[in-house]
Amino acid sequence: MAGKPILHYFNGRGRMECIRWLLAAAGVEFEEKFIEKPEGLDKLKNDGSLMFQQVPMAEIDGMKLVQTRAILNYIAAKHNLYGKDMKERALIDMYSEGVADLGEMIMHLPLCPPAEKDAKLTLIREKTTNRYLPAFENVLKSHGQDYLVGNKLSRADIHLVELLYYVEELDPSLLASFPLLKALKARVSNLPAVKKFLQPGSQRKPPTDEKKIEEARRAFKF
Amino acid sequence: MAGKPKLHYFNGRGRMECIRWLLAAAGVEFEEKFIEQPEDLDKLKNDGSLMFQQVPMVEIDGMKLVQTRAILNYVATKYNLYGKDMKERALIDMYSEGVADLGEMILLLPLCPPDQKDAKIAQIKQSITNRYLPAFEKVLKSHGQDYLVGNKLSKADIHLVELLYYVEELDPSLLASFPLLKGLKARVSNLPAVKKFLQPGSQRKPPMDEKNLEEAKRIFRIK
Repeated sequence: MAGKPILHYFNGRGRMECIRWLLAAAGVEFEEKFIEKPEGLDKLKNDGSLMFQQVPMAEIDGMKLVQTRAILNYIAAKHNLYGKDMKERALIDMYSEGVADLGEMIMHLPLCPPAEKDAKLTLIREKTTNRYLPAFENVLKSHGQDYLVGNKLSRADIHLVELLYYVEELDPSLLASFPLLKALKARVSNLPAVKKFLQPGSQRKPPTDEKKIEEARRAFKF
Repeated sequence: MAGKPKLHYFNGRGRMECIRWLLAAAGVEFEEKFIEQPEDLDKLKNDGSLMFQQVPMVEIDGMKLVQTRAILNYVATKYNLYGKDMKERALIDMYSEGVADLGEMILLLPLCPPDQKDAKIAQIKQSITNRYLPAFEKVLKSHGQDYLVGNKLSKADIHLVELLYYVEELDPSLLASFPLLKGLKARVSNLPAVKKFLQPGSQRKPPMDEKNLEEAKRIFRIK
């Protein structure tokens, strides 16, 4: 009998947070084993648990899966959050990858050298307002349905709503001219499993603290 | 009746090459519309053809798909190169993503400032020899089968073999201590559709040269 998935990562958002969101939204309980020191990471490497010597790693259904997308794709398929056919999957992938592109920019912001930070932030705002949010607002507008694909909750909605929370953290005014996205955010946030995950005390991780990043940087040498 | 897939990109490898490889290996004929001027890219953007104003874009089965992975996943599923179930797909994804990580480093090398290039190349070679090739050699060794997953050709084999060609272009000696990978490369290269794609005159694109790089920078407005 398969136990709960076990997630191996640092105690922070990073590349694991989208996996936490997806599991939570799917109503799947999971455990976390936090890597707190370089020795913790070394042990996983020496165990042969990490195919490319990297985390995230998720122990799930007898597999030790690495690579964020491999983990996300498996969870989405297992829990019916990946559309009903090939063509729906293609749309879901296209939307999820767009979310990932913007998410990557936002994730790297704390790692940006101070001299480049303002320029980077401006670029992110510009892309958010002129490229990404309009694209997703247009999808919702085009069919008038509650969810991005197939009139049913999918991973694309979950990834996008997670991203909208980060956009809001960056600057709430960025969401102002996107009523359908605001509605999607409210609707998904109100689903019982998501609502629970959004409450204090859940496994959702807070914004990345710059001090924490510096510590991690020194400890893990990146 | 669906026509041939139509690939929109500039005339170079970039982010479209893995898609060309996959279609070719699947035995699928495709057309290419090359973006030659910044204005061509503008036209696609203004047409509403590019969801995120970016290429690659592939017209396939009535869709205008962007995002490399969305396109690859669709093609792989359609042509049975994505395993037989969820767990095989997970392994295929894990391996394909590892290939993509190394591929990305190699892809971005031409954009590296000249004073950082040697260090970058050294770092890439180190990753190849100590991280990526051993990981894939180990997979093949673990089951002794001809292909990475499920004893059957999948997108993972095609992506990996494409990458091995680029590793060889960087430095042929890097493949020396990986006999099973060399075996896989030879085996996949010998499949009729791949063999055809590897011949001169196919739609396979050559390594980027200075001229090609300048063209890409001009079209995509990269400084």
